[in-house]
Amino acid sequence: MRGGLLPLTMVVPGREVTLISIASGRGLRARLTDMGLFEGMKLKVIHSHRPGPCIILVGGTRLILGHGMAQKILVKEE
Amino acid sequence: MSKKLTIALAGNPNSGKTTVFNNLTGARQHVGNYPGVTVEKKEGTLRYRDYEINVVDLPGIYSLTAYSIDELVARNFVVEEKPDVVIDIIDSSNLERNLYLATQFMELGVPLVLAFNMYDLAQKQGVNVDKNRLSQLLGCPIVFTVATKKQGMDELLNEAINLAEGETKLKRTTVGYGREIEEEVRKIEEVLLKDRSLMQKYPSRWLAVKSLENDTEVIKEVKENVYSGEILGQVERSAKHLEGIFGDSLEAIIADRRYGFISGACSETVRKTYEVRHTISDKIDKILVNRILGLPIFLGLMWLVFKFTFKLSEPLMGWVEAGQEALGNLFSGMLPEGSALQSLVVDGIIGGVGSVLVFVPIIFLLFLAIAVLEDSGYMARAAFIMDRLMHKIGLHGRSFIPMLLGFGCNLPAIMATRTIEDRRDRLVTILVNPFISCGARLPVYALFIGAFFPQEKAGSVLFSLYLLGMAVAILMAKLFRKYLFKGEASPFVMELPPYRIPTIKGLFIHMWERGVVYLKKAGTIIFFGCILIWFLSNFPWNPRYSKDYDALIQQAQVNEQLVVQLESEKAFEKLEKSYAGKLGRTIAPIFKPLGFGDWKISVGLVGGFVAKEIVVGTLGTLYSVGEADEESESLRQILQEERRPDGNKLYSPLVAYALMVFVLLYMPCVATIAVIKRETNSWKWPFFAAFYTTAIAWIIAFVVYQGGRLVGLGI
Repeated sequence: MRGGLLPLTMVVPGREVTLISIASGRGLRARLTDMGLFEGMKLKVIHSHRPGPCIILVGGTRLILGHGMAQKILVKEE
Repeated sequence: MSKKLTIALAGNPNSGKTTVFNNLTGARQHVGNYPGVTVEKKEGTLRYRDYEINVVDLPGIYSLTAYSIDELVARNFVVEEKPDVVIDIIDSSNLERNLYLATQFMELGVPLVLAFNMYDLAQKQGVNVDKNRLSQLLGCPIVFTVATKKQGMDELLNEAINLAEGETKLKRTTVGYGREIEEEVRKIEEVLLKDRSLMQKYPSRWLAVKSLENDTEVIKEVKENVYSGEILGQVERSAKHLEGIFGDSLEAIIADRRYGFISGACSETVRKTYEVRHTISDKIDKILVNRILGLPIFLGLMWLVFKFTFKLSEPLMGWVEAGQEALGNLFSGMLPEGSALQSLVVDGIIGGVGSVLVFVPIIFLLFLAIAVLEDSGYMARAAFIMDRLMHKIGLHGRSFIPMLLGFGCNLPAIMATRTIEDRRDRLVTILVNPFISCGARLPVYALFIGAFFPQEKAGSVLFSLYLLGMAVAILMAKLFRKYLFKGEASPFVMELPPYRIPTIKGLFIHMWERGVVYLKKAGTIIFFGCILIWFLSNFPWNPRYSKDYDALIQQAQVNEQLVVQLESEKAFEKLEKSYAGKLGRTIAPIFKPLGFGDWKISVGLVGGFVAKEIVVGTLGTLYSVGEADEESESLRQILQEERRPDGNKLYSPLVAYALMVFVLLYMPCVATIAVIKRETNSWKWPFFAAFYTTAIAWIIAFVVYQGGRLVGLGI
């Protein structure tokens, strides 16, 4: 099954996705990279309070991402 | 003589760093469960082998990019103080991300020991690490630790000492960035080498890589030097060249290479037999952060916290009160009757400080409840749940944690705003924090609620005050965001720790640490505040009375009732003519429209600038002075009977409520003002905070009182 690109906010909780790109300024992108969130990383959306924040599982850690943040993260469904 | 050694502890938030620190030094300090709780620089010492070791606990950080204050603090410490060894605490169940920080320490060239912490948990999740091989690949010693069970601590210290003594036989390694980048790094290093002063401070390779990463602090540092033009020119050329080759931003590529290096090292040495799943935490989260249930559960928990605090503290308060009374009686018997010294000790010191100490149980219990929320990991969930609401007022979930801490004390709360990266967000969070009702305001509520509201309504009245504080904070945040600090909300990202069952010991340590701050305040600021107020309300010691009381009392010896009445009149007149009486009278008219234009409470409110709980202490002092007979009555009963000059009762439940609203909102205490000054680094904001909060307090108390009268809620 192949899916197109979509922002993280639109991913249904429980789905595993691959991070394709982060469409944001340099500082923010660096910050996310430091926290283990970068291109090619597999992540899973655990909770999503649309239109609010979501919780993702990435490499053994769970992160809370605000809505604005999640909107800027483009992912691809498996 | 023992040799000295400095060890710095570094690591990601939630890696168990603070627990390691506690194990090593035995120091008692706070272990929160959400990221960024350790912002203060914490130190401790221990003796090990023939060393006297100084351990510094650095803030929890993800990287050394100096993106937030925490990272800058940690980096500056390592660069400037040059600790003998840095121990990087690593969460073994999330090796790759945690090692990212380690690669940056390696680059900085500091002597590094890696503590693979929570190794038992990682093993349970099927992680197996070839320690020897991995430490060769990374070029630094690795120790498996389980900080919660105190395992591996000796080994950690041994490795640190061996490293400091140069006995460790490991070849230093560093991340390779690939041919193209390495070439440019070399070019930049060549230019950098000309600058001696810079080279004394930093390793050239680190500076070169950091400037390619466009690290603002490093660039700033370089700019201050003689060769800055040449260096920055080279950096710019290199960056342009490399971005041309890779077609992506350089930070991304450099970060990518670091992760590549880590996963390369790990793929050879780390075996994962099965996938990591936090099933239990996730199951709990299904309910606690549920879209629909999350918010009501959160509010319910908050309500429980207050209920618990109030109910449980009631009997304890009685005991403290009894002890204080006994002490007062003891001293008044020992000291000369009617002397200034007796008055100072019994009324000023024991009476004033005692009425503050009465509330120690309530404050400790509140801190205990907050510690449960923090240590269990619920606090971070609360941030998640509140994010949507916080977003509406232009802040995000992260600002919510300082707000919650504010319920305990505004000082740690304002300090906790350091983890908020955006300056505007941070200022707004600081400025509205004083509206969050801290523990110090509880004594005032407890006094007035106890006196003017029936027992069964106490909880709801108290809760309504807390809600009002939050509502005002939210409203002001919204206004500030709209007019004072315009701009979009900054992005919100935060780590969610797994749920943990708090340990009894941990909870009590945390409760104690925060409670002690309150006790210290009672011991110092409040102590002197009470003495000052005692002085103001007792001097001039012999004012010019309207009647010759002493002579009249002499004459009335036989009529006991008359004597009591005369003595009471004398005491009241004395108080009226004291400095405090004059001061109170001067400012009382300001409070008249709010329903409590009484000079005694006015003096109390002035004292509240020193610390909010002084309001109670002052009333205690003022009223015990006003009492002619030594039979100590509880302050609550006196307040209930207090009358205006026209004979009507001064306090009705409505007046009491307006007063509590005013106390809730008006000028933050001196300590809070001082912290705001420190955190914003200017006098502008503390002054602004003091002024605008008082204005708002007056307006809202006015609306409450006059509005209440209009709808007929009391006279």
